[in-house]
Amino acid sequence: MEYEVVIGMEIHVEIDTKSKVFCGCKNEFHAPANSHVCPVCLGMPGALPVMNREMVNKSVAVGLALNCEISRWSKMDRKNYFYPDQSKNYQISQFDLPLCHDGSCEFEVNGEINKIGITRAHLEEDTARNDHTQGIGESGIDFNRCGVSLLEIVTEPDLRSAEQTYAFLNHLKQTLLYLGVSDCNMEEGSLRAEPNISVRPVGQKEFGIKSEVKNVASFSGVQKAIEYEFKRQVKALKKGETLIQETRGWDADQGITVPQRTKESAHDYRYFPEPDLIPIAVDEAWEQEIRESLPELPLARKHRTTEQYSLSDYDAGVLTASREMADYFEACVAAGAPAKLATNWITGDLQALISDAKADITNIKITPEQLAAMIGLIEDGTISGKIAKDILPDMFESGKEPKVIVEENGLVQISDLSELEGIIREILTQHPGPVEDFRSGKMQAKGFLVGQSMKATKGKANPKVVNQILDQLLNEE
Amino acid sequence: MSQEIIQKTAHELHDDLRSGATTATALAEAQLAHIDGHDDKVKAYLETWNDEALAQAAAIDDALSKGNDPGLLAGIPIGLKDNLVTTTGTTGCSSQILKGFESPYTATAVQKLYDAGGVMMGKLNMDEFAMGSSTENSSMQKTANPWNLNCVPGGSSGGSAASVAANEAVISIGSDTGGSIRQPAAFCGCVGLKPTYGRVSRYGLIAFASSLDQIGPLTKDVEDSAWALNVLSGKDPHDATSADLPVPDYREALGKDINDITIGLPKEYFTDSLGDDMRQKIETAVDVLKAQGAKVVEVELPHTNHGIAVYYILATAEASANLARFDGVRYGFRHPDAKDVKEMYTMTKSEGFGPEVQRRIMLGTYVLSSGYYDAYYKKAQKVRALIRRDFDQAFEKCDIIATPTTPASAFEFGAKSQDPLEMYLNDIYTTTANLAGVPAISLPCGLTEQQLPAGLQLIGKPFAEADLFRVSHAYEQNRGFDMGHAPIA
Ligand SMILES: [Zn+2]
Repeated sequence: MEYEVVIGMEIHVEIDTKSKVFCGCKNEFHAPANSHVCPVCLGMPGALPVMNREMVNKSVAVGLALNCEISRWSKMDRKNYFYPDQSKNYQISQFDLPLCHDGSCEFEVNGEINKIGITRAHLEEDTARNDHTQGIGESGIDFNRCGVSLLEIVTEPDLRSAEQTYAFLNHLKQTLLYLGVSDCNMEEGSLRAEPNISVRPVGQKEFGIKSEVKNVASFSGVQKAIEYEFKRQVKALKKGETLIQETRGWDADQGITVPQRTKESAHDYRYFPEPDLIPIAVDEAWEQEIRESLPELPLARKHRTTEQYSLSDYDAGVLTASREMADYFEACVAAGAPAKLATNWITGDLQALISDAKADITNIKITPEQLAAMIGLIEDGTISGKIAKDILPDMFESGKEPKVIVEENGLVQISDLSELEGIIREILTQHPGPVEDFRSGKMQAKGFLVGQSMKATKGKANPKVVNQILDQLLNEE
Repeated sequence: MSQEIIQKTAHELHDDLRSGATTATALAEAQLAHIDGHDDKVKAYLETWNDEALAQAAAIDDALSKGNDPGLLAGIPIGLKDNLVTTTGTTGCSSQILKGFESPYTATAVQKLYDAGGVMMGKLNMDEFAMGSSTENSSMQKTANPWNLNCVPGGSSGGSAASVAANEAVISIGSDTGGSIRQPAAFCGCVGLKPTYGRVSRYGLIAFASSLDQIGPLTKDVEDSAWALNVLSGKDPHDATSADLPVPDYREALGKDINDITIGLPKEYFTDSLGDDMRQKIETAVDVLKAQGAKVVEVELPHTNHGIAVYYILATAEASANLARFDGVRYGFRHPDAKDVKEMYTMTKSEGFGPEVQRRIMLGTYVLSSGYYDAYYKKAQKVRALIRRDFDQAFEKCDIIATPTTPASAFEFGAKSQDPLEMYLNDIYTTTANLAGVPAISLPCGLTEQQLPAGLQLIGKPFAEADLFRVSHAYEQNRGFDMGHAPIA
């Protein structure tokens, strides 16, 4: 029997609000333990939560980007369970009236458009971090993360392969980054993805028994966990075993999932409406305001970039991988650079410099206008492409105008026929051997002579003109 | 001399302090001396803040001598229920689990009192976590009723009511979840106000049931109640449920006639369970209002008989979550013998919480559990909506609803503490105002045959505390008798 895998995702995103979701404490990852805490996020007696408006705005933006309906009236609920990483022993979350619901998301897999249903996206607060490394029998708790704004996105079980899931997660991350609502740093836990995985015989409509996999630290981990679970579940079914609904943990070192708890031992969270907070009422005007502030989203931008600049699907994909790079590209073109040349420089030499410097395209010294100016210098013959490659690191380091660097270093291309002819005649005299070789039919000897000419001019000779002159001199004598 | 000072009201002392008839220091000293001389019998205070109070008083005198106005309640001795967090002293909710707790911040309502120049005398006894109607559930001490030391002061704000009745505070602050200000006020013969839900910030009030809790004053007369509410009220950015509405000067409502007022008498409150003595007291009080020009009509509050059940489901449900944070992890008592996290939770809570608190946590956990949620919690929410609608409809016919505050006057220690249900029935007339969120006040309306105070409850429309004060003041000024002072006062 052939089996197929069915996958739905639960994704937790830490929303990048200035302060935590219910108090004024700073939302900052790198800080000494328990330095961003107050009576509210520590759950001190008598303290009360107050909803962060920025959290609502950014969550609605995510909801709209995922084509969700935004609830005109939604509320917060208390999710009750005892654990020391919770300061109140309940988490303020949303149960039956999530802020965003019934959406969908289109994403590309190998150039094909796929679509996934978005069940809901709801607001909640993050938990503290337990630290068991302090010493024997002692555990510490860092409450800096407790109360950090968290958005939980739940998808429909629409995914049918690990590869498709991987593509979806990357697209979702790209979308969140475009929206500027989260840094999506998986290592720091600001994006956490948990797959729900089941299998069923191909053609069967009913879903199989699912397992929920936790503790996956990367998208490739999700992919591997799905592949592992598929094999494990199919193997069990083929042996005639009955699967149980359970939560399993991903062991990245061994590449396996291990049972954590079954449905029977699951918590009864005793949800009930949070009486300390008033309902969230996002009316049409508020929703519209957020809708109008949304940036162009990745797929649309890629499509437009392809059309507007006559670029290949591949080039447009690379350029629009991040909103910042796409912005840089468009600014460069707006400053006069031909689109294809701008693409090559940005995705080639410039990207390499950025990677080497571990920098970010938003904070490099070389402006899109300077890059356009440099391309302009190549175009009008002032410098050669070779010189351009040489001065780009200088521009990157210093932020100087390309023209200034060219002038300061005397790098203006020599295109003057008589000047170059003199230099080349000299070279031919110095290298009679290769000249002989060429004349006796060894055409590759010309390459050597071109190289010598470029060397003699420190790369400033216009290669086109050098070739022209060589052809002329070698043939006439 | 000092005996006279501490018997005065805040509005009288306000004038004395400004005329130079007394000083804040003299007043604070007299108040502390009186507490010292009387509280061994009453046991209202858990701790007094002598040094801090005298320092505050000195600062007030300094300001007054320079011609500055240090605020509406400048120099007035005020007592605080032990569930209002303060950076001064400790805040323990009369519970072993929080005994000795020092709060890193001060409740908004208390800060407002400080800002108005109030001199804080210390913390007052209460039923543990405000759960109870006699203050017998305090894990710290038993507070006596100043009118009869064998009787309870009511609860849960029993220490607050007893302190005012015994002249151990001019004003005390309590909290009311199902009658916890009004019932002890009635038992101790003082004025107790539960404001509209949202009128006073709850930030820093250790929560019992968040959707019902409201802070309010217990005072010697209606005017002081209006003065106190002036100070306590207002929107607080730290409390999302506090109302963003202007705060009128409630003092302006006093001394006005009540010709335009219609008093509604809900027939559901005047049934056989109400004793003849108490019934007569209320009827007499209503006659006083009638004589002052108010119209009286009968109204219906048909879901009244479900009030207690709805209240005990919703309040315990919220409490079960609110009290979950007392787990020994971050503050308060932690059982020293626990070997792991689970043991720390169970041992800490089993030993730290008293029996009534444990009973309510279990009840609340039960009504929220899957399989029972719909039958209890959800149904109770529906009935709560009906109770709210009852009040909306009744207030189409009247401005103020008049009822007894309690079915009977104060009872003796131990009389009801063995039977929780019997104890819960003390709240029969008071819980509905919390469920509907409307303001209500309890006024002394004479002494019963047992020589114990009886309480008249007036219930107003949401945020119509001014009407409540106007009618209350008209009653108080014209009731034709002086309540006098409690024997221990
Ligand atoms: Zn905080």
